[in-house]
Amino acid sequence: MKAFATLLDRLTYTPSRNGKLTLMRNYFRATPDPDRGFALAALTDGLPISFPLRRVLADIGESRFDPELFRLSRHDVGDTAETVALIWPVTQAGADAPRLSDVVAAVSAAGRGGHAALLTQWLDRLDATGRWALLKFLSGAPRVGVSARLAKQAVADAFGQGVDDIEELWHGLAPPYLQLFDWLEQKSERPSMSATPIFRPLMLAHALEDAEWAGLDLQDFAAEWKWDGIRIQAAAKGGVTRLFSRTGDDIGGAFPELLDHFKFDAILDGELLVVRDGAVAPFADLQQRLNRKSVTRAMMVKYPVHVRFYDALEIGGEDLRGLSFTDRRKRLEAWHQEFGPPHSDLSAVLSFDSKDALKLRWEATREEGIEGLMLKRRDSPYLAGRPKGHWYKWKRAALTADCVMLYAQKGAGKRSSFYSDYTFGAWAEKDGVRTLVPVGKAYSGFTDDELAQLDRFVRQNTIERFGPVRSVTPKLVLEVAFDAVQESARHKSGIAMRFPRVSRIRWDKPAAEADTLETLKALISAAR
Amino acid sequence: MPVQPPFESWLRPDGSGLYCVPGDFHIDPHAAVPRAVITHGHSDHARPGHGAVLATADTLEIMKLRLGQGAGDSLQPLDYGEALKVRDVTVRLVPAGHILGSAQVVIEYQGQRAVISGDYKRHADPTCEAYELVPCDLFITEATFGLPIYRHEPDTGEVAKLIASLKDFPERTHQVGVYGLGKCQRLIALLRQAGFDRPVYLHGALRSMTDYYLARGFALGPVPSVSDTKEKLAGEIVLSPPSALGDRWSRRFADPLAGFASGWMRIRGRVRQRGVELPLIISDHCDWPELLQTIAETGAREVWVTHGREDALVHEVSKMGVKARALALVGREDEAE
Repeated sequence: MKAFATLLDRLTYTPSRNGKLTLMRNYFRATPDPDRGFALAALTDGLPISFPLRRVLADIGESRFDPELFRLSRHDVGDTAETVALIWPVTQAGADAPRLSDVVAAVSAAGRGGHAALLTQWLDRLDATGRWALLKFLSGAPRVGVSARLAKQAVADAFGQGVDDIEELWHGLAPPYLQLFDWLEQKSERPSMSATPIFRPLMLAHALEDAEWAGLDLQDFAAEWKWDGIRIQAAAKGGVTRLFSRTGDDIGGAFPELLDHFKFDAILDGELLVVRDGAVAPFADLQQRLNRKSVTRAMMVKYPVHVRFYDALEIGGEDLRGLSFTDRRKRLEAWHQEFGPPHSDLSAVLSFDSKDALKLRWEATREEGIEGLMLKRRDSPYLAGRPKGHWYKWKRAALTADCVMLYAQKGAGKRSSFYSDYTFGAWAEKDGVRTLVPVGKAYSGFTDDELAQLDRFVRQNTIERFGPVRSVTPKLVLEVAFDAVQESARHKSGIAMRFPRVSRIRWDKPAAEADTLETLKALISAAR
Repeated sequence: MPVQPPFESWLRPDGSGLYCVPGDFHIDPHAAVPRAVITHGHSDHARPGHGAVLATADTLEIMKLRLGQGAGDSLQPLDYGEALKVRDVTVRLVPAGHILGSAQVVIEYQGQRAVISGDYKRHADPTCEAYELVPCDLFITEATFGLPIYRHEPDTGEVAKLIASLKDFPERTHQVGVYGLGKCQRLIALLRQAGFDRPVYLHGALRSMTDYYLARGFALGPVPSVSDTKEKLAGEIVLSPPSALGDRWSRRFADPLAGFASGWMRIRGRVRQRGVELPLIISDHCDWPELLQTIAETGAREVWVTHGREDALVHEVSKMGVKARALALVGREDEAE
């Protein structure tokens, strides 16, 4: 528990990806089985136990602390579990801390009534960081700024393997992942996964650069629309179906209508969309269905999901990844003709007479509400990762607006001494008074030199400080590029930008000439 | 037994701070006064511009270094434990264990004894004299960390955390924010006790106080100034004022990793708010158990709580059957710890 507590503690405060990888790598190397496997579970898919933490804390709190002192303490801390961890009276300092594996075993074996007693005796045996980490562990999702993918990357790095190798095995393994660590430490063979549907690492596309477009021969490439959904891999075998996100997370639970119908023997690559009467709904509709553990009937009716397949990695147990795109596509079409399930179709392959025709088509994508085009080399095999020169995404040109910098916040890691994250606003008029309303936040798009200039501007034009944030005199215009504007009830302005970034710094432009909120709102309909 | 005057009749807050009526002096006044007793050299206790100042010799030296002419018109040192008659009261200064020179003020008047704690701690500290308990009738205590969530873990563990981080991240400069008087020198001494013998680099603002500790004979090992090196100091420890963390000054270092040594680092929200990666819970104040222990051990029948989390401490002390009240004094900065 001690090592795990230290790890979680450091992870929460370490902003950089490399820093987090270092901490986890060292942990996975130094910690014995099965504890490290349970730690890995906590950092990835969650633990195979459930603990009614909130109820148990409420039960034991009453008997352990003075309610008035708890209330005052809770006010200073701002988080109930953290307050419990800090306020817990020390009774057995120096006692043996429980191991993660002990905790998992005891929780699994405990009946409904036994949880409070277990938690009490563990808290008694831990220090403040240990108590906090235990409560995080039992809550199921520690939320320490580590994605499942990053944790797997750390495991891979720790033992000199590729993370894709781990992804391929992942869904055939279960905590505490003894088979995985045995293989990584070369104590056993690579686990065999032939009987279950498992995740295959995806082939990803590069953004198309002007220079590449110039040298590109249309004969060599197939074109498709770029769909505005999320990438999904449907893997089905032996009556079991799994839907994986692009990072290998199993997200099928939120889409029971797909799991019900996707009964086949194949691994397919496609786009998850909300489709009504054959028309693709805006991304915001799909968002209603994402990041949910379960889904109601009403949600399924209101936001009907659909998968538009565009590639096949495996059909009938045969690995197709070595075939060319053209051949895989033929196999995919034949398969879908025969077995294509409801809630699915194929992404059309588009044909063009010339590059000029293709370019004209691309230029029209924004008006048609399409995200852009994909160009895929016809003779390329299906290659994991983001290999150069095979697949290109050609996004529609960005929209831009001139906005005024209102707040600046310090960045993280290498940017921790720079004000690098900017909140910007547009003009809104109410009762004849023009005010700047925040419409978005950007932290990219500028060079290091420009960052230094922006940082200097922020420091010289600060009005007020709020911790790491400063408000600045509203006089610097930033040209902001973004993909789209969406309606948003969560923002005061009523809008949210997709993928905003700073495209130019308009040192020359007076703030009074920046764009208005009305102009931005008009883009909501234009994007459809 | 003669009737003893109520404490409020001879010791009470006024517009400048806590005032002792029969001795005609203030204790740690916020504003300039004719006669002041100063518990220690931190700027929220030792203000400039007083007339006569009574304090330990170390506190007076520190005030002279920090305030120059502002330290006071006439400075009178008083050794720990030595009794001094001031008008109708007797004053003694007793070690408070907070920083070098820090003292509790013991005032005796008409057979009653009041102790003003100043800032104090019970944890051992290699850079100052240990806290000394003085039984008393009235105990006036600080309550910076007056909540049960504040329990400082052993400082050896915190220093071990810092040294372990140097091993995890040898490519990064470990820049640790410290309060310039007391915390800085204590952290260096703790590093030396832990066997860390590499140089500990200092920000210019920490120079004069550290030099004073060195002159007073504390063995702090090599403590060069950052300004004297052109190196990026990867894998080294640099101490700076907290305000220099993540500031332009830190850009000279190798991917600086921000640490902060303070009792406040126990609260995660505060750590995140400051952008600190390596919080070190090292405090020069009492934690909650020490506050309660000290109040009980003084045997005081009345306790006044001056600054910090007064509500909680008054609540808890009242439960112990001791009369307690909050004493609102102006000008205390508990955030600076």
